[in-house]
Amino acid sequence: MKPISFDYLKAGSTEEAVAALADGGDDARIIAGGMSLVPMLNFRLVEPSILIDISKIAGNNYIREDGGMVEVGCATRQAQLEKWDGLAEKLPLLAAAIPFIGHYQTRARGTVCGSLSHADPSSELPLSLATLGGEVVLTSKSGQRRLSADAFQTGMLSTAKRADEIVTAARYPVREKGAGYAFTEMAQRRGDFAIVALAGVATGSKIRLGIGGVADRPTVREWDVLDGSALDDALNEFAWDLGGYDDIHATARYRRELVRRLGKRVIEEAKSCRS
Amino acid sequence: MADAAELDKDVKKYVGQPIERVEDDILLMGRAQFSDHLPTRAGTLHAAILRSPHAHAEIVSIDTSRAEKMPGVACVMTGEDVKEMSESFLIVLRQPINQWALAVGKVRYVGEPVALVVARDRYLAEDAANEIDVEYRVMQAAVDQEDAIADGAPIVHEAVGSNVVSTREFSYGDPDKAFAEADRVVSLVTRYPRNSQTPLEGFVVTADYHDGEDLYDVASNYQGPFTSHPVMSMALRVKNSQLRMRTPQWSGGGFGVKVQIFPYVVLICLASKKTGRPVKWVEDKLEHLSAAAAAPNRLTKIEAAVMKDGTVTAFRFDQQDDYGAFLRAPMPGPLYRMHGILTGAYDIKNLAVTNRVVMTNKCPSAMVRGFGGPQMYYAIERMMQRVAVELGMDPLDVIRKNLVPAGVFPYRAAAGALLDSGDYPVAIERAVNEGRLEELKKKRDAKRAEGKLYGIGYAAIVEPAQSNMGYLSNILPRDERARNPKGGAVANATVNVDPLGTVSVTADSIPQGQGHMTILSQIVADVLGLTPDHIKVNLDFDTAKDAWSIATGNYSSRFSSATAVACQKAAEKVRAKLSRIASQSLNVPPDQLDFVGGKIVDRNNTENAINFYRAAGSAHWTPGNLPEEMEPCVRETGSWSPPELESPNELDQINTSLTYGFVFDYCGVEIDPDTGEVCIDDYVTMHDSGTLLNPLVANGQVHGAFAWAVGCALYEEFVYNEDGAFMTGTFADYLCPTSWEVPEPKILHMESPSMVTPLGAKGIGEGNCMSTPVCLANAVADAIGAADLTLPLTPAKVAALIHGDESAAPAEKAQPAETKPGHKLAGSGETLVPASRADVWNTLLDPEALAAVIPGCHALDRVADNAYKAEVSLGVGPVRGRFHADVALSDMTEPQSATLSGGVIGPLGAAQGTGHVRLDEDGEGTKVSYDYEIELSGKVASVGGRMLEGATRALVNQFFERLVAQVGGEKGGSKGLLGGLFGKRDK
Repeated sequence: MKPISFDYLKAGSTEEAVAALADGGDDARIIAGGMSLVPMLNFRLVEPSILIDISKIAGNNYIREDGGMVEVGCATRQAQLEKWDGLAEKLPLLAAAIPFIGHYQTRARGTVCGSLSHADPSSELPLSLATLGGEVVLTSKSGQRRLSADAFQTGMLSTAKRADEIVTAARYPVREKGAGYAFTEMAQRRGDFAIVALAGVATGSKIRLGIGGVADRPTVREWDVLDGSALDDALNEFAWDLGGYDDIHATARYRRELVRRLGKRVIEEAKSCRS
Repeated sequence: MADAAELDKDVKKYVGQPIERVEDDILLMGRAQFSDHLPTRAGTLHAAILRSPHAHAEIVSIDTSRAEKMPGVACVMTGEDVKEMSESFLIVLRQPINQWALAVGKVRYVGEPVALVVARDRYLAEDAANEIDVEYRVMQAAVDQEDAIADGAPIVHEAVGSNVVSTREFSYGDPDKAFAEADRVVSLVTRYPRNSQTPLEGFVVTADYHDGEDLYDVASNYQGPFTSHPVMSMALRVKNSQLRMRTPQWSGGGFGVKVQIFPYVVLICLASKKTGRPVKWVEDKLEHLSAAAAAPNRLTKIEAAVMKDGTVTAFRFDQQDDYGAFLRAPMPGPLYRMHGILTGAYDIKNLAVTNRVVMTNKCPSAMVRGFGGPQMYYAIERMMQRVAVELGMDPLDVIRKNLVPAGVFPYRAAAGALLDSGDYPVAIERAVNEGRLEELKKKRDAKRAEGKLYGIGYAAIVEPAQSNMGYLSNILPRDERARNPKGGAVANATVNVDPLGTVSVTADSIPQGQGHMTILSQIVADVLGLTPDHIKVNLDFDTAKDAWSIATGNYSSRFSSATAVACQKAAEKVRAKLSRIASQSLNVPPDQLDFVGGKIVDRNNTENAINFYRAAGSAHWTPGNLPEEMEPCVRETGSWSPPELESPNELDQINTSLTYGFVFDYCGVEIDPDTGEVCIDDYVTMHDSGTLLNPLVANGQVHGAFAWAVGCALYEEFVYNEDGAFMTGTFADYLCPTSWEVPEPKILHMESPSMVTPLGAKGIGEGNCMSTPVCLANAVADAIGAADLTLPLTPAKVAALIHGDESAAPAEKAQPAETKPGHKLAGSGETLVPASRADVWNTLLDPEALAAVIPGCHALDRVADNAYKAEVSLGVGPVRGRFHADVALSDMTEPQSATLSGGVIGPLGAAQGTGHVRLDEDGEGTKVSYDYEIELSGKVASVGGRMLEGATRALVNQFFERLVAQVGGEKGGSKGLLGGLFGKRDK
């Protein structure tokens, strides 16, 4: 369980990082917290020619409000966002979701943008970004572009990020006035990958539910406010559309069942949090 | 002058005191020197092991040439080398089940060592291991133990001719009569899963072959039992004394598992001999989880003969243990270690037993904490709960009704166990009162009134300790075992007093973190009138220097009834010697002397005393003044084997262990009706383990056993899919409970001193491994009314029992076919390709075009008509691996349909698959319909668990995206659009 031999560059700036990425070709990889990448390196599931470490780029370590969004730089650890003063006020969904991410030890190293780039279908940060309709900032030698969460994550561990691009920031929309937010997930142990993760948003006229862990990427659906059996029917249809899959921990049917049952809990909780 | 009674009162006894463990700071603060930290000789080489990705396959060829040429590589060994240099390992059964340290001829489980690379460092060794090409001919695997014994099943060991390698039947009392006269027969089938208490520290072996002496010098974290020492030396073709095994006293956990290091000890020894250099190997976690050890999974068919009042008059067991691919010593121990107490804590006189040993294509089973107890008590205590349900009785009343009564000890159980002491009814009443059972029952009733799923479970078990070395003899026919009777269990310890009176202790316990240093210092301190901090205990072990016997090692909870006793005996010998020395200078008879406060004191005149160090020192400084015929120096070894551990008798009765403690547990659980999660609300565990040598250490053992037992009940299982692929190669899939998941149990003790050990102490480290899994299962059964429960009780499993039928899919939606986890990855779908059917067909048949379509294909050679070999790199997202691929097309109906079949193999694992492709004209394009079935095995299946299905779909999609691009991509320009559709249409 040793990685292959590779080069390592501690980038001092974004410019240096994107230049090295462009030079490094297909087998260059970005590392920030390394919480997903390092185990994959040790299993030799990933065999990079060079690792470009962006976690020490001071200018990319920030959390700031900008145009109705909270922007998080790519050197910012999950624990920094967790402890950010404005979190509960500005990003109540993330305030509820972050404690579910791994363990506090992994959050101390793992970065927000790293989790989005890794694009695990069960992860909390991509699900939150998709449910809130956020976006990512991609930077390459040739410039910057923004992609919506929906356009960014294309499948399991797969994103629309080109090989020469770095996710340099994540942009989460600030809470909608009057809206309520809720997050929960089912995992066998505290900190495990979610079997199903659920993010709910309720406004005066709409309810929205994001589901992770069932399809190959977070999936979001929005309805006019529903109650009772109409909500049950909507969730049942959503569950069947997602389908789910079997693994050793849970069946597809169990995943659908959680979409129906916990989906209802999350939506009711989001509704009750409206102000 | 104090009188004797008063003096005694003042003497502080350390045994029995809750003294903090001297080990804790060292272990918890990272100050211990673990096996991997041991210094190695300059020039030590490092080994990596290439392992089988297949559950069952013939090894057609192994090409090590590229690996051997790599820089820094000293040698590459295969099974043929090992077979030439060593003997196959001895096993208990007379069956042609040969096993060497590397696979010979064929592989029999995923993770089986196939080749060894020795290089300058581990990185280079792993690089080179990836360059070894092994050609396998994949065979059907015997995976499920019930399938494995069916007619026509693949045979794991052809020379045996069957996967059932041993069947033995036993009968005690008159079970047939009891069943005939019973008011009712209650039947139950239980399946206990494969699991293991996975230590933090894996195996570490450094072997150094000394050519001049023909001696293998091994430093490793081998934990015994030393029954496997001759297994190793015979495999290495040397005398026992030529295999020197050294073990450090600090361990990152053993739990029985570390006995299974022995095949690796032999392997690394051979590598050292071959290279002429010391060789070191450190096991990694994937190697550990897939190939180190697992407790055997057991299928038990149990029947109870029951009277109307709840009295059980007989048990009938049919036990089948799945030992995986090989029987490594001391297997099949789990089936026989508990034999004497197959009637558990109950006074049941009639017993019928059938034991079967089954081989399958899984990791060989091994010693794991509990060693047969968890499996056996799962059947017995689930049965007692079922008896209660069927009779409409309270489960605790059924337990009480059948307990071995008070006042009958020593009690000979039907199959031969000699229960040494206890008062089971009193232990239960104390637990009921002190644990507040009535309150728990009220809580359950209140919860149920609110509509909650709440249940109470019970378990009463007898916890054995210190195995009889003859317990496995019962697997042999009577005449065969009579020729070579085995029994007993020898323990050794040595107490040394140096010229300055400092006391040091060595012993044969090979501790794995249990606190043996602390307890031995307490024992010796009491005997010699010193304080524990004056006793230096050193438990490094060296077979070239220390006293050892066949029972040496750390297993079967033998410490408190074996090693501790030997240590007390050694200390008493020292005391006797020093008493004689002191008696000379104090002028009183030796038996009038007490050892108190660092002095040897005349009981009748406490001012007549000599310092301990002075008396001991005279044996070094002035040996000429010693009493007549006394040898100089003070170094005494205590050896002990209890007479109660006899060989099996002519009725097949055997006292399988020396001491038998009693454990009674009950608990309350609540189940989330939506998620199926089991929440342990309350847990009470009562232990009567005889005299407690140190209550803190005892509680530590209970906590540890309980924590793992919670894992067994709710989380942990080694999972194989139906092809034999190993699915739990990381701790993201083999789920050990953490401190979040383990509640604090309420621990209660009572002490009924054992009458068969001088210290009165019994084992306590395994009881909860046996009682807790079934206690929790009984609570879940009570909560949801289920009879058939299989551990681990995961949320998905429990949910399936409580959720009823699923809400139907909306009418207009197609319902996906139900699949079961562990089955082959399968999928189907269709896509539109903007090209003519002939173009699509030709693309599939044209090697160059096909090369462009197969994701990551570097080179594709046609090896025959419609058969290709290719080098491909496959992956999803950042994950990528190199593979050799063999692809063939068959069942071709041009231009309409074809079957693609083949396999890939590479360092990340192997896959075999079949796909059917059908082409239909659809407007201007072609509709491509496909279905596929893929078996994945090896590393990617072991570590990729929850990603596999998605990743497979993604790869299939990549194939069709490329097909679209290849045949119509540029012109159609619709690759992106179509690509997006694949995911949705694939189902």
